[in-house]
Amino acid sequence: MTNEQLIEQLTSANPDAVVKQGNQYPEITVSFETLHSFMQNIKSDSQLAFDYLVCQSGVDYPTYIQVVYHLESTLHKHFLVVKVNTADRETPALDTVTDIWPTAEFHEREIYDLLGIKFNNHPDLRRLFLDDTWGFPLRKDFKDDIHVVER
Amino acid sequence: MAEIIEKIITTDEIKTDEYLVNMGPQHPSTHGVLRLLLKLEGEIVHNVEPHVGYIHSGIEKMTEALSYTQIPHLTDRMDYLSSHMNNEAVSLLVENALQVEVPERVKYIRTIFDELQRLASHQLWWCASGMDLGALTAFFYGLRDREDILDIFEETCGARLTLNYSVPGGVMFDIHPNFQRKVKAFIKKFRKTLPEYDKLLTGNIIFQNRTKGVGILTKDDAIAYGVTGPTGRASGFSCDVRKHHPYSAYPYIKFDEKVGTGGDSFMRWKLRMDEMWESLNIIEQLIDNIPEGDYAVKMKGVIKLPEGEYYQRVETARGEFGVYVVSDGKKNPYRVKFRSPGFSNLFAINHIAKGWKIADLVAIMATFDLVIPDIDR
Repeated sequence: MTNEQLIEQLTSANPDAVVKQGNQYPEITVSFETLHSFMQNIKSDSQLAFDYLVCQSGVDYPTYIQVVYHLESTLHKHFLVVKVNTADRETPALDTVTDIWPTAEFHEREIYDLLGIKFNNHPDLRRLFLDDTWGFPLRKDFKDDIHVVER
Repeated sequence: MAEIIEKIITTDEIKTDEYLVNMGPQHPSTHGVLRLLLKLEGEIVHNVEPHVGYIHSGIEKMTEALSYTQIPHLTDRMDYLSSHMNNEAVSLLVENALQVEVPERVKYIRTIFDELQRLASHQLWWCASGMDLGALTAFFYGLRDREDILDIFEETCGARLTLNYSVPGGVMFDIHPNFQRKVKAFIKKFRKTLPEYDKLLTGNIIFQNRTKGVGILTKDDAIAYGVTGPTGRASGFSCDVRKHHPYSAYPYIKFDEKVGTGGDSFMRWKLRMDEMWESLNIIEQLIDNIPEGDYAVKMKGVIKLPEGEYYQRVETARGEFGVYVVSDGKKNPYRVKFRSPGFSNLFAINHIAKGWKIADLVAIMATFDLVIPDIDR
């Protein structure tokens, strides 16, 4: 499926979502309420078949935190970037996609560790790299008083 | 009395309690500071829980304060056995974002370095995993040949491990006048010594018994867990970035993507051996045809990427390496994420190691070829 066809199909199937061609790959922004059902659809749909979660990253913005999923279909070889924003920065929460792609379990633990997003229904949500005394270092307002000396 | 004991043994009334054992962080076969918390019944592994983060260095956070010319130098420190590929990923991302076309000479040099680095990495993997499985001789053979490649690196760019060779716009220095001659001499020599590797281990019956059928990763699981590189391809998951999303000089050359079947430890082993032969073929196609020209294009002193998001994937010796950059138009990136192959590969181990003995877990770990800074970042 070409990028244009992919965008067309995603737009018609998800009228509420914002679909556009990014500077490399098609991008879709979905709301956090519909995230899980949307992900389930694009994995199980035989036309789309996004079975390979390449990368999952979190990005901190001033009013929300964004999680970015880079997905590829090993069958059709097309690529899609899915973005979802949390409702706020104080108690950010999203549904897990661990049941859809098992690799997400550890990507989500990393995001929880470094950005503090809580993933609902995650089987084992614990910090991955750091211990509990740390805050969330990848947030822009993170201040490390112990390890960083500011002059 | 004897009857009672007989009865107990045959009716499974006594079961050994499950207990926990730490494998690592200083265990030699975890190849670094990785701790596996094993849940065991006797010698049978019931659960493997990797504990990572001992050398988490916060590279992603550090890059937010660095310029785009500085970032490649940090990526060396992640997967130090694929340092050139990591440098190249950031360089390609910056070049693609600014739509800079690098000279053909740069593409050829980068690809030759990629493959030399892959060979050096696989040689070290080969000798170290031979040692994991009890074959000490392998270690000397592998390091002997790796030394030749490191000497070639040193002559051209001054470094043996963390090369810092690829920078946005090209490579740091031109290749050394001896480079082509030495690479050709190395290929000629290594074509003779590579069969020794097979003689020493691949055909060894003890080695085969320890790896054949051990730790089977199916194709579906490989995709679901995002297991890439030779590990994923041994399961039949065709995931070679060089083939599917070619970059640098890979579009110009003919090479096969090695894909295996079965996905057991022996296949993972075999696949890396095949990849070494293929790397030799790739270098041979390029080494005599390096075009004349500049080794870098002049970039601006301060590089600023246009606002937006960029993703670049390359194939390292361990699998798919990705760089995701969010730029807000300033000289520092807003956010950088490194998708490291080792991270995804490691967490598939729990899935396939269940039911095997600890010694088999060592064989599985050996053929997964993990580099810990690549996981911790």
